[in-house]
Order: sequence, then structure tokens, then C-alpha cells
Amino acid sequence: MQRLIFLCAFLYCISTNTTAQDCNITFKGRIIDFHDKTPIPGASIAVINLDRYTSSNFDGIFEINNLCKGTIVLEIKHISCDTKQITLDIDKSINKEIFLEHHLEELNEVVVKTNTKTEQSSVEQSVKKAVIEEYTDKSLGDALNTISGVSSLSTGNSIVKPMIHGLHSSRLLIINNNVRMYDQEWGDEHAPNIDINSSDRIDVIKGANTLKYGSDVIGGLILLKPKRYAVKDSLFGSTLSSFNSNGLGGSLNSEIIKTYKSGYYAKFQMNYKQFGDFEAPNYNLTNTGLKSLNGSFRFGYNSFEKGFDAYYSYVNNEFGILKASHIGNVNDLDNAIDSDLPRVIDDFSYVINVPKQAIVHHLGKVEAYKRYKGFGKLTVQYDFQINRRKEFDLRRGDLKNTPVIDLRLFTTSLQPNLQIDYFDNLKINTGLLVRYQQNDAVVGTGTSPLIPDFDKYDAGMYAIGNYNLNETTEISTGIRYDFTDINANKEYNFTDWQETYNYDELFPEFESDAIRGTDIPTNPRFTYHNVSASLGLSKKFDNNIQLLANYGLASRVPNPSELFSEGLHHSAARIETGLLTIGKEIANKFILSLEKNSNDFGFAISPYYNQINGFIQLIPVGITTTIRGAFPVWEYNQIDAQIFGVDIDVNKKISKNLSYIASLSLLQGDNLTDDIPLIHMPATNFSNRLFYVNENLNQLKISLSHKTILQQNRFPDYNFFTYNATIQEDVFVDISSTPPTYSLFGLNTSAVFKVFKKGSLKLEFNIENMFNKSYREHLNRLRYFSNDLGRNYNLKLKISY
Amino acid sequence: MKITNTIKITKLLAILFISVFTFTACSDNDDDDHDHDSEEELITTVNYTLTNGSDVVTLKFSDPDGDGPIEPIYEVSGDLTANSTYTGIVELLNETESPVEDITEEVKEEADEHEFFYTSDVSGLAITKTDVDGNDNPLGVETSVTTGEAGSGTLTIVLKHEPTKPNDGSSSSAGGSTDVEITFDVTIN
Repeated sequence: MQRLIFLCAFLYCISTNTTAQDCNITFKGRIIDFHDKTPIPGASIAVINLDRYTSSNFDGIFEINNLCKGTIVLEIKHISCDTKQITLDIDKSINKEIFLEHHLEELNEVVVKTNTKTEQSSVEQSVKKAVIEEYTDKSLGDALNTISGVSSLSTGNSIVKPMIHGLHSSRLLIINNNVRMYDQEWGDEHAPNIDINSSDRIDVIKGANTLKYGSDVIGGLILLKPKRYAVKDSLFGSTLSSFNSNGLGGSLNSEIIKTYKSGYYAKFQMNYKQFGDFEAPNYNLTNTGLKSLNGSFRFGYNSFEKGFDAYYSYVNNEFGILKASHIGNVNDLDNAIDSDLPRVIDDFSYVINVPKQAIVHHLGKVEAYKRYKGFGKLTVQYDFQINRRKEFDLRRGDLKNTPVIDLRLFTTSLQPNLQIDYFDNLKINTGLLVRYQQNDAVVGTGTSPLIPDFDKYDAGMYAIGNYNLNETTEISTGIRYDFTDINANKEYNFTDWQETYNYDELFPEFESDAIRGTDIPTNPRFTYHNVSASLGLSKKFDNNIQLLANYGLASRVPNPSELFSEGLHHSAARIETGLLTIGKEIANKFILSLEKNSNDFGFAISPYYNQINGFIQLIPVGITTTIRGAFPVWEYNQIDAQIFGVDIDVNKKISKNLSYIASLSLLQGDNLTDDIPLIHMPATNFSNRLFYVNENLNQLKISLSHKTILQQNRFPDYNFFTYNATIQEDVFVDISSTPPTYSLFGLNTSAVFKVFKKGSLKLEFNIENMFNKSYREHLNRLRYFSNDLGRNYNLKLKISY
Repeated sequence: MKITNTIKITKLLAILFISVFTFTACSDNDDDDHDHDSEEELITTVNYTLTNGSDVVTLKFSDPDGDGPIEPIYEVSGDLTANSTYTGIVELLNETESPVEDITEEVKEEADEHEFFYTSDVSGLAITKTDVDGNDNPLGVETSVTTGEAGSGTLTIVLKHEPTKPNDGSSSSAGGSTDVEITFDVTIN
């Protein structure tokens, strides 16, 4: 039973060139690690049926000349892998990339894949382990910001939400270990509760082919993936520590992995992170510290025929929010906007005071699969998540230590999936989903809950087909249906119910009880049917050039915040109101990508167009007077919108040790209904990075990076006047104008030392915001109050054992 | 060998499923009965009572539904007398609670974190804070109000939470977050 094959090879047909002549064929190849795309030197390659041998050079490249037309049997051997054979029919000179990996599932298969992508024929980009480690003490949003077309919507510097092509929150799906994250992602200041250290690779899918995960991928998909381990007896791990001058803090991450020849494996990972107050170039950002404790554990069994994987992760975050951002009314906001300095600047401290967020997220899943001969693979996954979010604000008296928001979201789902690979050129992936979700507005906050109690049921089914038309062309298409039922309990102010929103006529069936005082208890219930579809095409040309075209139809059910939220947002000095009349959002996204994959010179040019009907946005609709003074009221409404742009990536090898990469993102968002720009769209930005790598000198790497974000000149004007009682005149509140263009520079250096027999030590020294530039980012919600972060010196130490 | 392995997997899976269900069951059982909190921190009413012997003038602000849709009501009981000195006392109430909660007490308990500010555009009208917090900085629950010649205009009361203390006496430079900001029309006869 102990099958010991742990290597499999993927052939990646890159291009074909020149014409074929008998026995004049050259087979050129490059052996690459499937996971991080690093070349594998010293692998031996044998053409067994011709008794010819060669090995890959330092760049993983090998060449076999003077082959005759016909069948060749390649045998590839590498120290850490078992021998593998591949049979090929050749009729002309070819150039192939051969991916080696410890891919447990496809143990006995020789899979000739068209590319290394997660979702073939979709437009996607990845963040590899090396980059994840660079961001070990930062957030998911920060790490993804390195990808063109991805920006972030942040609240200060710790709460960072990823944004793909200008869309965020409920419009992005984050899939953590094959589990769709439900962590109250609807809020602008609710960052994903993910410890990036627990994943091995992060894929960002900008285009279609996301139906397996949901029908509501309006913006894109983020896939966090764990590593697959080799089937052998082994015990290994690593410890990574990071220290930073800005915030005087850092993180410590340790992981240990045990694998067995029998196919069993286990991994344990822990991460602790703490920072004190961060600083802008000229002042402390009081109360911006954070504390985070994360852990994950997984174990499983892998063989070709069957296996299982169990995973549990715990994330506990406590984020301080800039003290100066707690304001009382719109005049305080106006004062903050007019002032260069935040109103509170205290000495550095590790203490996290109010306002702050404390979030705990549990995620657990079990997945089991079985393969059936000549049919396919059946996988069943069960998962659950508990997300408890507490937000603390400045309060009086006994309520000082009581959260103003205390919500607990519980989600559980069961997902059977069937992959049919019986047909040669056609792969079918089909599955079902049932999900139950319960929100509990925990009692005891002394406020009426921002989001009410609700129960939500989802059921879905999908079918996706991938068809290889010929060697260079692949088509994928899919369709998905989802049913959603949401059932909430909420008390409305009777005047609001009757007069402000006219709900008594629109939704009389929701009134569940008699009026209590000024409130009316209601039981809003909505049912939705969603259909989504996708179409993808990939076509390969000579010289490693590939063209991808994707179309996706997605529809999104309004989230609880868009339907039910009601309350005052202190840091924004506004009252936010959801509406029961909000309906579905339907998007048609087209994306093209022309890519050339090569280390010497490569590029990707990806234009896209996203047309969204019923786009749900939050905009100011008026001013209300309260005892604290005047507040603008922001309401959700629906418009037709379009977002289009282009992402461009270029890489060029300048010399043996020197290479250069650059990227550019252009985007425009329009509110078609009102013929004005869309709110909160990322500005044009571009970045450059110059690398020096010397593998012979302790793998020395030095890189200089630069990023410029231009001023966003296209924004809707939601500025307003308000009466300032203190100075007794009307003042102009400029909430819309955007901060000026800024450029940041950084330096990264690293080297690896062989300090003991079985392990290595990696030292890294980095500088962020090298010139200590004072700047504000228009997608940072706290930009009214303070500058962004100043210079940071960072030292990292990684011991692998 | 193979059979042992299958049994092992089945066992492990069983244990896992059981533990998962136990876990989720636990987290469900403290579900509440949807009987949610009322706004405990709300200030619905501000009474500013000016007394000069038998001459009592009250300035009353009330907004019983807080941030709700009903507009607040401003009531001024009468005109102030010219060239007189009044003793002023401000009172903050939450009238949605039963019994009515006196927020002024909370403010006094946390006097070092609070301060009232009074401003007026009526010429000759001067408002001086007569009480102090534990650090001898002005608080402003108690005031002395001196009127000048006859005239009319506005009087604004601001309560700041966590202002800079001491400050130069103006609410805008004191910072902090605003808990109360209301403006009355006043006439002096």
C-alpha cells in the first residue's frame, strides 16, 4: 500500500518553432519548481528509448539535439524526487517547460497541463511564498497590493481591505483553504481575518472561471492555498521573526511539518504579532498599535485513490484606531480636514485604547475525496466559521469597557464536488452547496445593533466544463444557480417605518408585532434566485505568447449592511442607513489578457470592462440635526455603473544578475445613472522594481522599488455646507477632494547562510518609505485625520530546519 | 495493511466530525431572544436654567428619539433681563430611560474628561464657568451669566468629551469629540 511515488511532472507547452526535418529536431526544456517557479538545476534527463542523457543547467535549462521524428520517452530524475517518465510525440523542434512538484494527488498521473494556473483560461496573478514572507507582519491587503490592478481600501494602516479593479468587500470572494470567508466582510472597515503566514500561495483571479466558489464574484476572487507535502518520512519547519522601527514591533511565526511515507501529514503553525503606535514622518499616530495571535493546524492523509484533509485556524486581532479619528459631529470633521495635524498626538505607547476593534475568527473544515477509476473524483467538504467582532468607542461612565458593536456571525456549509476526467479533452467540474448562516447581535452593548439578528440559507449548484479544442486552444464554460433566503428581526423607529421610508405600504407583511413605544418590531424576509455564467478562452501562440479572453455574468444579493444597517459612524461623522428596497446587483465583466511568459522578456496586458447594473453604493443624501450637532446622512442606493481599465506588467532580464519589473494600472469608474465619476475608485498608479540577484554569493538579493500613485482627479463631489455653531456661520466641508500624487521608494536586501548541517539562515534588511515622505492616500478612510506611515527599517531572520 | 489504514481514516474523520459539531452546537446555545438594548448613552434633553432671584429663564432642548427622524425641539421660557447677573446650571437627561437618567452626574464624575463651552453673539452677554474639575480646570456645569444692554442673538452650548485641558477657552481649539452642540435664540430686554 505504501506507494512511494511522490513526484509528478507537468509539461507546459510554451511554443513551437521552426519546421521539422527528419532527425534534426531539437528538444529544449526548462525544469521549474511548480510552486515558486524557480528553476531546478542538476536534474538528469534521459531519453530512454534513444539512450541519450543530459542534465539541467543552473537555470534549469536542458537541450537534446538531433532527435528524429517520432515518440520519445523522457525520464526526469532529481535528488529529492522519484523518477518520472513522460512520453511525447515530436514532429518538430519544441521548447517545453517542465514543472516538477510534490503534487500528491496526481501521484500516478502524467498530466500535461496547458499552464500552471489554478483556473485555466482565467486571468489571474499570484503572490508566492517569498512575497508572503516579505509581508509576514502585514496584512493580506498589503501583500496583494503588489499585484497590478489590486489596490486597498484601508482604515488607518492596520485595517486593510483588498480591492480588485476598484471593487471590494462583498464584491470579492476570499477563499481560505477552499473555504469561503464569512467574516462580516460587508463593512468598509472590516478587514479580512486572515493570517497570511498560514498560506503558501495566494492567487488573484480577475476574470471569469470562479463559479465553483460563488455566483456573486462581481470584482474578483482571492484564493489562499496551503502547500501540498511530499509523501515521505520527514520533519521540517521554519521560524521567521521580523522587527520594525516604525511601531517598534514585529512578528514571530513558526511552523512545523511532519510527513509520513504512508501518506499522512500534519502541520502546526503559530504567529504572534504586536506593534505599538505607528508614526507618520513628523508625529506619532496615537492609538494605532495592534496585537494579533494566530494559529493553524492541519492534518490529513493523501493517496491517489483517496484522502482527507482537516484544517482549523484561529485568528485573534486587536486593532487600535487612530484616536484623533473619533469625532463628535461634522464640525469636528471639518476641523480635522482643515488641520494639518491630528488633534491628539501623545507619546509612543503599546497600549491599545478606544476606539479599537477586537475580532476573533474560527475556521474549521474537513475535506475527503475518493477517486473512481475511469470516471473522476468525488470530494465532500464540510466547514464552519465563527466570527465575533467587537468595536469599542469612546463612551461615558459604566459603559467605558462595553463594546458599541458586538456581532457574532456563524456560518456552516456542506459542499460535494464531482470532477469528471473520463473524457480526454473535456473536464467537467460540478457540485452542490448548502449553507446556513446566523447573525447574532449580542445583547449588552447598550446600543441598538447596527446589524440585526438574521438567519440566512443558501443553496447552489454549478457545472463547469473545460474543453481542449486542440493543443493550443482551451475553452471553459460554466453555469451556476443559487438560492438565498434571508430572514431578519429588527425594530424600526415607527416614524421611519411609516413616513421616512414608507415601509408600512411597501412591506406590510414584515410587521411582526404591535408597536412598542416608538418602535415597531419587524421580520423582513427576502428570497433571491441568482443565475451566473462564465466563458473563457485561452489560445497559445509562438514565442510563449498566450491570449486569454474571459466573460463572466455575476449577480450579488445585497448584504445585511446594505439592507439593514442603521446608525452613526463615528470616524466618518455620518449616519449610515441601509434600505429594504435595495435589490440585486448584476455584473457583466469582460477581460482580455495578452501575455508573454519568459524570464528574459515577458509582459501581460490585460484590459477589462465591467458593466454593473444596480450597483449598490453609499452616498450622502442629506443632513440631520442631533444633539451632537449636524450629521450628513449616507444612504445606500442603486445605480448603473461601469468600471474599465487596463493592467500592464512587464519583466526584463537586463543581465545575468540584473532584472527589472514594472507595472501600471489604469482605471475609470463611472456612475452612469447620474453621469458622474464613481466614488472611491483607485487612481492611476505605476511601480518599478530593479533586482540584483547573485546565487553564488549567499543568494544575495538586492532590490530597489518605487511606486507612484497619482492624484485621483475623477471623484464625485459630495461636499456640503454646514452651520458651525461655535463660529456661528456656515462652513464648507470638503469630504471629496483627493490628496496629491505621491511616490514611495523602498529597498530590500536578503542573503542566505548555511549555518548548520540541515538548515539555513536567511537574513533580510528592508527599508520602506525610504525618504520618509509625508503623504495621504485617498483610499484610506482616515486620510482626513493624519498622514500615512513614515519610514520603516525592517529586519527579518528566517531559520529553516 | 490497507484495511487498517481505512479504519484509521474513518476513525479520525469520525472524531473530527463529532468535535466540529460539538463546537458549533456550543456556540449556538447562547442565542438571545431578540430583545435588544435601548440606547443607554443617549442625551435626549438639555436644560439650561438661569436664575436671578425670582427671575428664572430656562432654555430647553429635547430630541426624544435621538438620531431618529423626529426633529428636536428648542424652547426658551422667556427673555433675559438687561444688566443683570444670573446663575446658570446645565442639566443633561436621557428621557428614554425609566426612571429618567441624569447624564450630568456622569459628566461630573468624569469632570477631567469633559468640558462645556458657551458662546453668544449677543453684545454684552458674558458667560463664565464657575466650577472646576479635580485638576482645577474649568468644567462648566455651573456658570455665571451677565447680561448687558437689550438685544437679541444666539447662545450656543457645546459639551466636549476628552478635550485638551486646560485650553484657551474656545471649543474649536480644545479638540475632543462633541457630545452636545445646540444653539438657542435668546432675547435680552
